[in-house]
Amino acid sequence: MMAWLDDPGTVIVLVGALVGMASTLVGTFLVLRGTSMLADAISHSIVFGIIVVWLVAHVQSGPLQIFGAALTGILTVFLTQALIHSKRVKQDAAIGLVFPLLFSIGVLLLNLYAGNVHIDTHTVLLGEIGFVWLDTVTLGGVDVPQALLAMGGMTLINALFVGLFFKELKLATFDEALARALGFAPGLLFYGLLFLTSGTAVAAFDAVGAVLFVAFVIVIPASAYLLTDSVMRMLGYGMVMSIAASVAGYALAVRWDVSIGGMMAVMTGIFLLLAFLIGPRHGVVAQVLVRRGQRGLNETRTLAVHLYNHEDSHAQQEENVVKALREHLHWSDGRARQVILRGLDQGYITQVGQMLNLTATGRALAMELLNAHERGR
Amino acid sequence: MTLMALLGDYTLQNVALGALFLGLISGVLGSFAVLRKQSLLGDTLSHAALPGICLGFIVTGARHMGSLLLGALFTGTLAALLVMALTRYSRLKTDAALGIVLSTFFALGVVLLSYIQGTGNAAQGGLDAFLFGQAAATLRSDLWVMAAITAIALILVGLCWKEFKLVCFDPGFASTQGLPVLLLETVLTVMIALAVVVGLQMVGVVLMAAMIIAPAVAARQWSRRLEVMVPLAAVFGMVAGLSGALASTLGRGLATGPLIIIVVSLLVMASLLFAPGRGLVWSWLLRVRQRRELHHQHVLTTLHRLASRHDDHAFYAEQGLLEGVHGTAVRPALKVLAQRGMVTLSTQASRQPRYWQLTLEGQQEAERILMAVEQGGASS
Repeated sequence: MMAWLDDPGTVIVLVGALVGMASTLVGTFLVLRGTSMLADAISHSIVFGIIVVWLVAHVQSGPLQIFGAALTGILTVFLTQALIHSKRVKQDAAIGLVFPLLFSIGVLLLNLYAGNVHIDTHTVLLGEIGFVWLDTVTLGGVDVPQALLAMGGMTLINALFVGLFFKELKLATFDEALARALGFAPGLLFYGLLFLTSGTAVAAFDAVGAVLFVAFVIVIPASAYLLTDSVMRMLGYGMVMSIAASVAGYALAVRWDVSIGGMMAVMTGIFLLLAFLIGPRHGVVAQVLVRRGQRGLNETRTLAVHLYNHEDSHAQQEENVVKALREHLHWSDGRARQVILRGLDQGYITQVGQMLNLTATGRALAMELLNAHERGR
Repeated sequence: MTLMALLGDYTLQNVALGALFLGLISGVLGSFAVLRKQSLLGDTLSHAALPGICLGFIVTGARHMGSLLLGALFTGTLAALLVMALTRYSRLKTDAALGIVLSTFFALGVVLLSYIQGTGNAAQGGLDAFLFGQAAATLRSDLWVMAAITAIALILVGLCWKEFKLVCFDPGFASTQGLPVLLLETVLTVMIALAVVVGLQMVGVVLMAAMIIAPAVAARQWSRRLEVMVPLAAVFGMVAGLSGALASTLGRGLATGPLIIIVVSLLVMASLLFAPGRGLVWSWLLRVRQRRELHHQHVLTTLHRLASRHDDHAFYAEQGLLEGVHGTAVRPALKVLAQRGMVTLSTQASRQPRYWQLTLEGQQEAERILMAVEQGGASS
């Protein structure tokens, strides 16, 4: 029945997808709030938390470990805010001061007690998603991988949090002042969000380590943000991308025999690049097309107005000819030809020999523009 | 080991020199980064150096410092340009762009690292030491590379000092003066990549961020002049680098990178607390002193009011009465005021309870305070 749990590949892909989904749920709001780098800070400083929790309570997994180590994430945010509040340090510098210190202390402690802990400094940064299926706990007679349980739990909690406070989170993200005025305590909500981010980082730590986690929590929501304006859809796209990154990353990593976690994170980067380049409306290509379309429309309008101005006048014979466009509108021959062709195509003008005549729609276009201009006065 | 023997140790000399170079370049270049609110760019660029190191190794097939650093410089610069492109041509904010480039470049580095390890090239040993730095493995030849990079960066800063300064503090004015602001900003950014490259051997890619930020933030507390801040940051950087590197030679398992970062963080804390003028301790003391002074003035004016209500400028106020108004904190206040000659104790010193009287001087002072308050001006 649970045979799929014995297949390492399935477990790895599942854990990867869950890391992505849990991170997307919280990361979406971090990216929208403009506090993405806090995720970077948190994911580094939980190393300190993990080692301290181990030294104090001798647990390396489970709810207690996640909760305890996640407190360091909150500590990071708190210390950063305190530094900013002292007005001696700017926000970006404050972030960059706190987490390296906590991370350094964590790494040193790890080095000193290396013999007793299952993680080494290498794993701290990179994780070992390839081995997550080895570490199992027995649940109802079935051996379930520890990481799967932890990530599944965090995904559920995050989904519950976002689901319960969806409206409040949206309000606090887009209009913090209004949220505060309405009594929604956006600060508290924000800390809740960051606490869950820390918890997710701790749960994902064994699988993807401190730095690769950042890719899941920032890059996927950022890619989704480039694709849509709706928060709901951002979350949906994020889920799909998480699964896709996990599946494709695993397949490529096995094929090329490289780091699985690294490859999954690289896939998120590729999604972002695609969204950045060819995303609808906000993508670079889409923007270039929009700009080009607008330029074309402007040229057609210019031509229509020019023809309209000289229609039925005595200068019509010399103004409304192809040749005049170069001198009077300063268009090159190639450009003039293009504009004329487009105008003919779209039915704004007709051409008789060298003479250009407006059609009814062309005249309407010109008048619409001129009337708008008149009204503007 | 005596101090002389310690100084004569070959490895230690290398480590110390390397740490000095690192402190120097990151202090100087970090100052500009912090002032331009680009602190976290150092974090991104240092993470982005990892794929470059791997590429340098893959291309040359050897662990030669020069080629690895060239690779790091290449991907670092690429990362900086990508951050600029993402913020300029997409709707993403700077922090998101920084996080994106940081994590994906690092992921690429991880993939390349695992690829190299899979090829079984014997020379790859210790390539992942660049994650946390490995000062003890510094060779004399590495030092030459680091020294050259540091020299280039310092000469550039020296040559363009005025221009960089202007770009940091008022880029708008700089561009009206006809300075190529975009070019200068790009140069400053690429130079951060240079600093990162020097730090890779000493503190590794992950902790380099703090090396860029911390010495500059510490130096900023001591001076508001760039001419002072930059050299001071360099000194802080060198002190931290040297002491961290030396401490790491004391025992096994003490990685250089984290130790250097802890030292430099201590320097930041000390500066935040004790720097003259800006230090938190001084401003706290100042606040306490001001609050006490205000209390003294309150007591003085209360005495004055009591006297004028009784139409008796030599009015004796019972201490219990004053305590009723100001609390028992009035006792030390009265003592201080008495020392200053503003109030006197009743001549019958044996009389219990005690009675206080304003002196002529105290009367004038109280009137001066009340006048100042009435005029709405701040009294000092």
